[in-house]
Amino acid sequence: MDYQFNFADLLNYRDVWISGIWMTVQLTIFATVGGLLLGILGAAARNHPLRPINMVASMYVEVIRNTPFIVQLFFIFFGLPAAGIKLTEVQAGMIAMIINLGAYLTEIIRAGINVTPKGQIEAARTLGLSSRQIFIRIVLPPAIERVYSSIVSQCIIVMLGSAVVSQISVPELTYAANFVQSRNFLSFESYFVTAGIYLLLAFLMRVLFALLGNYLFSRKEKAI
Amino acid sequence: MMQITDWDILRNLLLAARWTILLSLIAFAGGATAGLLLTFLRISRRRSLIWMTRIYIELFQGTPLLMQLFLAFFGLGLLGIDISPWGAAAWALTLFSSAFLSDIWRGCVESVPKGQWEAARCLGLGYVQIMRYVILPQALRVAIPPTVGFSVQIVKGTALASIIGFVELTKAGTMLNNATFQPFKVFAIVAVIYFLLCYPLSKASQYLERKLNVARKHS
Repeated sequence: MDYQFNFADLLNYRDVWISGIWMTVQLTIFATVGGLLLGILGAAARNHPLRPINMVASMYVEVIRNTPFIVQLFFIFFGLPAAGIKLTEVQAGMIAMIINLGAYLTEIIRAGINVTPKGQIEAARTLGLSSRQIFIRIVLPPAIERVYSSIVSQCIIVMLGSAVVSQISVPELTYAANFVQSRNFLSFESYFVTAGIYLLLAFLMRVLFALLGNYLFSRKEKAI
Repeated sequence: MMQITDWDILRNLLLAARWTILLSLIAFAGGATAGLLLTFLRISRRRSLIWMTRIYIELFQGTPLLMQLFLAFFGLGLLGIDISPWGAAAWALTLFSSAFLSDIWRGCVESVPKGQWEAARCLGLGYVQIMRYVILPQALRVAIPPTVGFSVQIVKGTALASIIGFVELTKAGTMLNNATFQPFKVFAIVAVIYFLLCYPLSKASQYLERKLNVARKHS
């Protein structure tokens, strides 16, 4: 092999990399927050006594979990405008990520809810709390705590999956890599560095979520 | 100009789905073989081996599959190996699934209670015998549902091979979309075909989990 690696030239595109990373971070933050809200809503719907609501939520979960993210993305980006809904690349990418994450989190949170002891719900009902109050205050917090590590893993998977969003030209990290390698033909170097950055982002997410988890779930124990 | 009818769209997508299925099968077979090897390395008592496999698994779980595909496509090209999108996709997906499968299987082997090892050792069985007659039969039972479940991830993963130019279901979808300008219809059909491939696997995984767990409780 007589190929000379050249990582130094990648530095000429500092700004492209940084704005790409920043876009990936933004996408991840919005997807995480939106996905969590959608997942909580989905989990509530999955446990709703009304059958149609339950069925819609269940169909949503099954359809999203059994189709590739890239197809969901293309469907939203190319398909919805044809149906009269105009979206920018960033909006489409973000919506696709939220919808994707929401489906997985629905199942994860539901699994956490299903092991809630019945007695707690009965006790709350006896105290006169409404169903909504019971769900938000009694059932949900311990359920999320129980499945917290699965939630974190899924959020990281969606962050990594966001690489695909480059295909509808959202200027995120992978898009930056594609851009750089199309200018200097250092394709291996570009993608190698990009993979390293993703690894770092995944690591940082794990650390941040661990800190957040400590903060959220230790306060309660002190109060007892 | 040639007219592309709905029937043409459906037929072409179904034909392209063959490649999705074939690539999935190759990735699964390759991933299972390499994954099994990795599992044995991971449960060995050599520290260096354990660390190496851990790093391998971390690398594949911590980077996007798309990046792995790009690296396989461009990296092997650098080494002077002329690689087709086919080869790159098969390699990347094999490595990707080997990392995940070995992680799943390690968990299954470790789920066998420690007492089983000790009891088998007390009976004077060697390492290979313990593995063959005591540990693996029990681990296998636990391993089947998540393994079937992971195959869904492989099928979905093959969709990314479209990006490096391998013409499978998703790529056929984008090509037909470019030709017909009917994205809503084309991608809906693509999604339905993926769903038909994946849903039975998901259901089978859930069914097996229930069945094998119930059987376990009774024994």
